[in-house]
Parts: sequence; C-alpha cells; structure tokens
Amino acid sequence: MYTFSNKLRIASIILMIVGALGIGIGFISAPSTVEEAKAMVASHDDSHGDSHADETSHAVSEGHEEEAHAEGHDAAHDVHVLHQLQNKPWAALYVAAFFFFMIALGALAFYAIQRASQAGWAPLLFRVMEGITAYLVPGGIIVFVILVLSVMHMNHLFVWMDADVVAHDKLLQGKAGFLNPTFFLVRAVIFLGGWILYREYSRKLSLKQDESDDNSNFKLNFKISAAFLVFYLISESMMSWDWIMSVDPHWFSTLFGWYVFASMFVCGITVIAMVTIYLKSKDYLPEVNDSHIHDLAKFMFGISVFWTYLWFSQFMLIWYSNIPEEVTYYVTRINDFKLPFFGMVVMNFVLPLLLLMNSDYKRINWFVIMTGIIILAGHYLDIFNMIMPSTVGKQWSIGIPEIGSVLFFAGLFIFWIFRALTKAPLQPKRNPFIEESKHFHY
Amino acid sequence: MASKVIHAYYNDDDVLMNAVKKVKGAKHHIEEVYCPFPVHGLDKAMGLAPTRIAITSFIYGCVGLIVSIVMMDYIMIQDWPQDIGGKPSFSYLENMPAFVPIMFELTVFFAAHLMVITFYLRSRLWPFKKAENPDVRTTDDHFVMELAIHDNEKELKNLLMDTGAVEINVSEK
Repeated sequence: MYTFSNKLRIASIILMIVGALGIGIGFISAPSTVEEAKAMVASHDDSHGDSHADETSHAVSEGHEEEAHAEGHDAAHDVHVLHQLQNKPWAALYVAAFFFFMIALGALAFYAIQRASQAGWAPLLFRVMEGITAYLVPGGIIVFVILVLSVMHMNHLFVWMDADVVAHDKLLQGKAGFLNPTFFLVRAVIFLGGWILYREYSRKLSLKQDESDDNSNFKLNFKISAAFLVFYLISESMMSWDWIMSVDPHWFSTLFGWYVFASMFVCGITVIAMVTIYLKSKDYLPEVNDSHIHDLAKFMFGISVFWTYLWFSQFMLIWYSNIPEEVTYYVTRINDFKLPFFGMVVMNFVLPLLLLMNSDYKRINWFVIMTGIIILAGHYLDIFNMIMPSTVGKQWSIGIPEIGSVLFFAGLFIFWIFRALTKAPLQPKRNPFIEESKHFHY
Repeated sequence: MASKVIHAYYNDDDVLMNAVKKVKGAKHHIEEVYCPFPVHGLDKAMGLAPTRIAITSFIYGCVGLIVSIVMMDYIMIQDWPQDIGGKPSFSYLENMPAFVPIMFELTVFFAAHLMVITFYLRSRLWPFKKAENPDVRTTDDHFVMELAIHDNEKELKNLLMDTGAVEINVSEK
C-alpha cells in the first residue's frame, strides 16, 4: 500500500493556496469599466497606445464623416478591450482547469487501450493509471461548473452564448441548432457522465479481480474498455468542438478533435511515466523496471510526433489554401502569439524528438522526467494557444492569473491522484497478464 | 597456414544459448554461430558489440534533410523565384510549409536507403555472393557453433559434447 508522504501533501496544499491567491488577484484586478480598461492598456503597453493615437489622428485628418465613424469605432474597440481584459482571469482558469482535466482523460484513454489490446507489459502500471484518472471526477466537475457559469453570462468566453451577438450574426444563427446553451450543457453532462462512469466501473472491476477466483471481472473489463473506446472517440471529438473550437465559433476545422486528442494522449502518457518514476524512486513499485519506463518513453516520443503531424496538417492545409474565413485563425495566432505559437512546436516536437530518440536515454529516469516537464509545459501552451486568441486576443500575457491557475490545479491534481493511489495496493494481484508484466523486458 | 575449425551442431536454440554461455565461461573464442532464425539474446551471450547502424541512419537522415532544404532553396527561392498561385517566394522561411512534405520524405528516404546499403556493405551481402554457411541444414533446423582449434581438439570436443551437441565435425578452413 502507498502512503501519501506528508511532504508531498503539504507541497500540494501550498500549491493550491498560492494558486487560489493568484486566481483571486486575477479576478480582483480585472477592470470593470471601460475607463479602467483603457488605463490598464495605456500603462501596460505604451507603444500600443502610441500607434493607436496615430491611427486616430490619421482618421481625424480625413474629414468629418470619417471622424465620427472613427470615434464610434474607437468606443466599440474600447468595449472590446474591456471584455478581453475581463475574460483574462476566466480564460486563465479555464485553460488550466481543462489542461489538468485533459491529462486525466488522456490517461483514461491510454488505460482503456491497454485493457482492450491486452497489453502484456502494462498491468503493473494499471493502479498508477487508475490513480491518475481519479482526477476525472473533481476535474470534470470544475470544468463543468466553469461551463455553467459561462452559460449564466458570468464571463464572455463563448461569444455564441450572448443572445445579442447571435441576433446580429447570420453565421451564429445558422449554428444555433448545435451551439445553444441547453444542448451544450446536455452534451457536456453526457460526455462527462460516460467518461466518469467507465472510469469508476472499470476501477471497481479491477479491484474485484484481485479478490475473485476466476477471470470474469477481467473479461468484463476488457469488453467495457473496448466499448468505451468507441464512445470516447466520438465524445472526445465532439467535446473538442464544444469546449474549445466554439470559443471561435466562426472558424471550424475537421481534424480538430484528433488534434486535441493527441495533445491529451501525450500528456496522459507523460504523467503516467512521471508518477511511475516518482513512485519507483520511493520504492513503491519494486517490480517496475527500466523496460516499462522505456516503453512509456517510446509512447511519449511517438505521440509527440503524432501531435506534430496533426498540428502541421491542420496548419499547412489552411496556410496553403489561404481561404480568408479559415485562415484568420492562424493570422491572429501568428501576429499576436508568435512566441507561444512557434515555441510550442519546439517544445512539443523538436525537443522530445531529439531528447527521446536515443534508446539509452529512454531508460534514464531523470531524462524522461525532464523531457516530460517540457512536454507538459508545451501542451499547456497548446491549450493556451487554442483558447486565448479568441477570448483575450492581444491582451494576453502569462502573469499572475495564468500561473496562479496552473499552480492551483497542479496542487489539486497532485493531491487528488496521490490520495487515490493510497486507496488500493499498487500492484494488481491476479491479473492474467501480471506475470508477463513483471518479467517484461525490452 | 592450414587451420582447423570445429563445428558443433545443435537442434534447439535454448541448448545453443546454454552452450554459448558455457563455452564463453571456459574462455574459448567463438568464431561464428550459424542459425536458421534470430535467437533472442544470442548477441549478448556471445558478447558482441552493439550495432551502430541506428547512429548511421540518424546521420543519413540529417544529410537528407540538408539536401532537401538546399535543393528547394536553390530551385524555388534563389534560381527562379516565380509567383506560383500567390505563394510567397521571397525567402525560404516564408514558403517553408509547402516544402515540409518533401523535407520529410527525403529525410526518411536517405535514412532508410543509406542505412540498408550500409547494412549490405558491412554484412558483405550482394547478388551472386557465394553462400558462407558450412552446412545447408543451418538454414532449416540446425544451429552450428564454429570454434578454431589451437592444438586442443580433444578438450574442445569433450566440452562441446557436454553442452548437448548432436554432432561434431572437424574440418580444414
């Protein structure tokens, strides 16, 4: 049995407290009026203010009608900036909440695949994966609460939830059959319910298998895992349209679901590897050997490349055809998010590719941990790049609200998964493949 | 100098593995082992150095990447930068996404083919090469361990009989 070390518990609680403070500061310092927003932007970014002044004076010199138009436009622009600044703490919270939730969901998909494919090496790590997927319940509830608050107009994350906007937007009216608040929440409940149901049921069967004297629990778990994967592929794709693509409701991409899937899958595998290495370093997983770590590192390597393949396929197809209604998505990202947008490709592709290519390096535990940290940071940026451009736009930064949110959810994540790991023995007793897994050698 | 070699025949890979370990333990040099299929762990038991072919493949891949970049930079950007469908041909970076499929394929092409050719060269394999195996049965169901004799024929024979050899031949090489 694993005992939650006091040090880790205190560290996770400190993370949560510091993070909660950061989130609070983010919400308090968000502007509530147009004047405050203008003052913030002016003090924050002088060069931006200057160029803006130039534009205004230019407009003034072009005659009276133009002037009136420019003033009206300026007022609209100021309200726009206000909304973006008000969105900042919400978007920071949402990105971090979704990021940690998606790690648990990616680990769940990996777990179901190991069960459905009857992998011989994995059973030794099933309890670690089950511990990580325990975060689905609190993480899913938090994401759902944020979605409900969005529907209740507490924030402007999802522009299609604003009835006034939809009334003046033909495109959004056309999509209202799918993108309407009620159906949106119903879908979210179905997705979360399905994922949590599978996780809890599979965990129960997994624990029952230890105590039973036949393999019926194992077989049932195999069947429901295969069925879950079918449900997961459909629901995950639709979830990515709902929760991520719809912050930008004028834009769509057909491979978006797969792209988000690759991101969550590689994060889930990375966290499985990191938690396994941590537990092994504390002598809780004596039977896990370097070959298990090697296998996980190969998955980290392979899925990182798979993520890049999807990222590039989406980017290159849109860049190449350059259709205005699609390409704005990348225009805003390349203009306003140049460093996170391209830095993410370096962190999620170039570094894992070079660091994990060598077979020997995949067996060095601290090397896998270091690469894992890069991959996780890179995929946080990936989600950041999906949400931020259409919610806060040019006003983005990685400051107190963003870092605070990450710290809070990191603390909650660590607290919850290590608490779940104490609930059952870390090594399954009578999984049919456990002997093979113990002697797994690559 | 006419040297003599001893060929010990085995008909099971587990027996062969144990024999290899025993012969290595007795500090005899194994010249060669002929097998009909790859025996997992045989190279480790024989103490063979790990292969470096993956490293050569990585280098070939880098060469392929450089070739593709230089080629397309010269053709598309330097030599005749035409406007083809509005794609920006002012610098390599601006038009790079369009070149990535070729960069990728040439990297794989160089890495794969040059590695295979390296393998052929290092293993001395080519069409019309004369087969080297001492006995046709080594391609079907027998394993042969070959040791050089240095005035210790009897001792070696006894050792190999102990390891479970089904047949032992001494031949000139």
